[in-house]
Amino acid sequence: MKRIVRDHKVRKFHQAKWDEPVIFELHQPGERGVEVPEVEEEIEAVVGDGLSKIPAGMERKQLPNLPEIGQMRVLRHYLRISQETLGADLNVEMGQGTCTMKYSPKVNEKFARSPKMAELHPLQDESTTQGMLEMTYRLDLAMREISGMDSFSFQPGSGTQALFAMASIVRAYHESRGEGQQRDEIITTIFSHPSQAATAAVKGFKIITLYPDKDGYPDLDELKQVVSERTAGFVVANPEDTGIYNPRIKEFTQVVHEAGGICYYDQANANGLLGITRARDAGFDMCFFNLHKTFSIPHACGGPATGALGVSKELEPFLPGPIVDFDGERYHFKRDLAHSIGKVRSFYGVPPAVLRAYAWIRSLGAAGLEEVAKVAVLNNNYLYHKITQIRGASAPYIKGRRLEQVRYSWEQLTKETGITTEDVQRRMCDFGLHYWTSHHPYVVPQPFTLEPTESYSKAELDEYINALAQISKEAYEQPEIVKTAPHASVVHRIEESVLDDPKQWAITWRSYLKKAEKEYSHK
Amino acid sequence: MKKNRQVAHPYIPNSVPQVQQEMLREIGVVSMEDLYVDIPEHLRLREAMDIPPALTEYELQRHMEKVMDKNTTCKENISFLGAGCWQHFIPSVVDEINSRSEFLTAYAGEPYEDHGRFQALFEYQSLVAELVDMDVVNVPTFDWAQAVSTALRMASRITKRNELLLPKNISPDKLLIIKNYASPDLKVMLVNYKESTGMLDLDDLKSKLSQNTAAVYFENPTFLGPIEANGQKIADLAHQAGAICVVGVDPNSLGVLAPPSHYGADIVCGDLQPLGVHMHYGGGQSGFIATHDDPTFVMEYPSRLFGIAPTEVEGEYGFGDVAYERTSFAQREKGKESVGTQTALWGITAGVYLALMGPHGMKELGQGIMQRSQYAANQLSSIPGVTCKFASAFYKEFLVDFSQTGKSVKEINQALLAKGIFGGVDMSQAFPELGQSALYCVTEVHSKEDIDTVVQAIREIV
Repeated sequence: MKRIVRDHKVRKFHQAKWDEPVIFELHQPGERGVEVPEVEEEIEAVVGDGLSKIPAGMERKQLPNLPEIGQMRVLRHYLRISQETLGADLNVEMGQGTCTMKYSPKVNEKFARSPKMAELHPLQDESTTQGMLEMTYRLDLAMREISGMDSFSFQPGSGTQALFAMASIVRAYHESRGEGQQRDEIITTIFSHPSQAATAAVKGFKIITLYPDKDGYPDLDELKQVVSERTAGFVVANPEDTGIYNPRIKEFTQVVHEAGGICYYDQANANGLLGITRARDAGFDMCFFNLHKTFSIPHACGGPATGALGVSKELEPFLPGPIVDFDGERYHFKRDLAHSIGKVRSFYGVPPAVLRAYAWIRSLGAAGLEEVAKVAVLNNNYLYHKITQIRGASAPYIKGRRLEQVRYSWEQLTKETGITTEDVQRRMCDFGLHYWTSHHPYVVPQPFTLEPTESYSKAELDEYINALAQISKEAYEQPEIVKTAPHASVVHRIEESVLDDPKQWAITWRSYLKKAEKEYSHK
Repeated sequence: MKKNRQVAHPYIPNSVPQVQQEMLREIGVVSMEDLYVDIPEHLRLREAMDIPPALTEYELQRHMEKVMDKNTTCKENISFLGAGCWQHFIPSVVDEINSRSEFLTAYAGEPYEDHGRFQALFEYQSLVAELVDMDVVNVPTFDWAQAVSTALRMASRITKRNELLLPKNISPDKLLIIKNYASPDLKVMLVNYKESTGMLDLDDLKSKLSQNTAAVYFENPTFLGPIEANGQKIADLAHQAGAICVVGVDPNSLGVLAPPSHYGADIVCGDLQPLGVHMHYGGGQSGFIATHDDPTFVMEYPSRLFGIAPTEVEGEYGFGDVAYERTSFAQREKGKESVGTQTALWGITAGVYLALMGPHGMKELGQGIMQRSQYAANQLSSIPGVTCKFASAFYKEFLVDFSQTGKSVKEINQALLAKGIFGGVDMSQAFPELGQSALYCVTEVHSKEDIDTVVQAIREIV
């Protein structure tokens, strides 16, 4: 038999396209998806219909306008739209820089979905949840080793909420010392995540943003100029979203401490640092890790997640409560935190994320965590080396020094071909790959940010590189194919102007029907 | 890593030594250490972290099962716990969908590769919109408390006022979250509730409304159980003062109870957990915010709002972010509050649940819950010394007063625990004015036998 030739460098991909209706269009009066448990006749005999007790004016007069659909049709609908979703389990997911998508082990999913986790109520007696409390406490111990901090809260529901909790602690700390009014400024950097600035602003702080020097490092001289007796805190990612690690970070934290400010560390980009260097050693008073990034929790379309929040001994009394403690025999909640900011998320945060992170750490051990970091950095530098050889691509700032991700630029490609980073983004979908540009503002022109993590093999890194190289080639030789992308996706280019126009935007199906039918009747 | 491991760790393909050497050669450096040149020696960790050695998958299974066996669940016992996290029946299709790899592991993909995620979340928004009878619902927030906090900040920005009126019978934890989110610029003031009915004290509300009031917030059903019958009156008072009316609701109740938009709510929020999400020890919480389709309100959402739009090909539905420029992703500190990872999977889950339940399912569910909870209240109050605290109607939770039994809730709950029953949540610390009271939650998962069992047990204990 003739050998089947499979020597193409990019994947021949076409996403499932089901032309699936919106669920309301499946409505068939009389169908039903599930039966609800029936009430025993003896109960009805005692209380009657139950509804007559509803106070006047508070009863629902018409049934909600939900669709009526048989069970298998509901299942099929959602399975079809799941096939129209490119999760990290399906693609070489290095295109979401700053968010470290890595392999979420299936065994951990089994633990998290076990009734022993899923069917626990947060207000059960502590004696009935010793297993969950033990895992929380043990994860705390591991996090202390990884960060050098003294205590962790797993209450924040994401990195953004952890940043908000840290900004809240900064405020509470200064207030506890009578400097709450005076210290009203938080300093951050432009290559830190937008949430750093946004969450501090919610806490009423004025935001001062540092820009990078010519090499891409945050500018120490600029920091020295802006710190003052008004400085409440300094929040930074290191490495920043450029993947550049600031070697003078300890000088930065010293400058801020000398001015009386608190230093807090966005460790969303920690993947290359596990076992390599620690937040506390660089002079930080607080840090957080995204359990859903570095510690392998599936990202679930954007949560639920956890921003594990670590603090120094001095700041422990300010943590959102409760935290878990161990007296040598029993695990228990510690609630007497003298200056607690209160709470940021209900109950204790997202315990199944804590469980998964704990299981992941146990499957790697100390040496394995260090291997994670080193391979993530190796993979990134391999990618960096190869991508900067692609025509039209570059990585602004200092050469040859990146940790776990890089913010690249297509500036040259755009100048020479007119193809923008958004065009590349749509074309990458045609190869079954996710690609993200970056956060605004685009300080790096025509940006894209890649973060390969430790999860991908050399062959998979090569696949991603080849796809970018193919698009660059197309941009120079046949730009139309890039400009008109995507070609192999579920849908074609969306009319985005509709989404910004109050007369046309439709955030729900009922709103769509009202607006579209009004428009239709005019025609 | 295992000491004797000759090949890669299963999670790290490129831990194969030959591959690493090949890649280093390609990059043009000698060792991994060269890649860490920017981390100065004084910051390098040169000692091993004190973390136990790696476990293989089988060893991990044994270990985790052993630790998790130290938990005993609401399925292995009879539980009457509620107070912000509720045990409900969850159809299997719901779990099937939210455990699909595509949804479980997706994140921030574009509309062209994550069309299904956008559609699933748009549908969730649309399904909840029918429950609350409003035209705009956001991609979920962290939880109900966050939804309220944001709704109140939205109200403050719209009215340019800074006082918030909240009910005194709110969940203490929720109040802590709101207070922290409101500080330092917004002032939280509490409005009393009537001890006879558990409903908001309208006279106290009137005395506290002023030209500074940005929003009046109340809940239906209230945290302590009663259905708030004066919704329209509260909304009218708020509006007369120029304030925005924000109502928190258990969406599970909306098959039988009027949605707050019918009695004057401008912003409705609540928790999605009772719509098909397991309790997860409190990790199943997920908030929603709903408003009318008024640009003044829409532009104040910090959250993502997924909208439907045409594509360049006639007949295709496309989806995308509505008014993305509002968000902190686009505007950093100048955006509306902040946005990031929240609880999208629970939103999709709630959508699947509502699609399965349909209008009749939601009504039957609500009715069945009201019948069971009334039966439970009826039977419990037949025990000498045990009374139901408020005279008002309730949905699934109600306050049981044990003061006359001479026993504390703590003592009763300990005795119930010994019988495999998780009694109601002890409210005696947070609401001392209510005496030795416990909040009991009864839902569709409770059979007559479950209810009779707890009644009999309490009869024996007191």
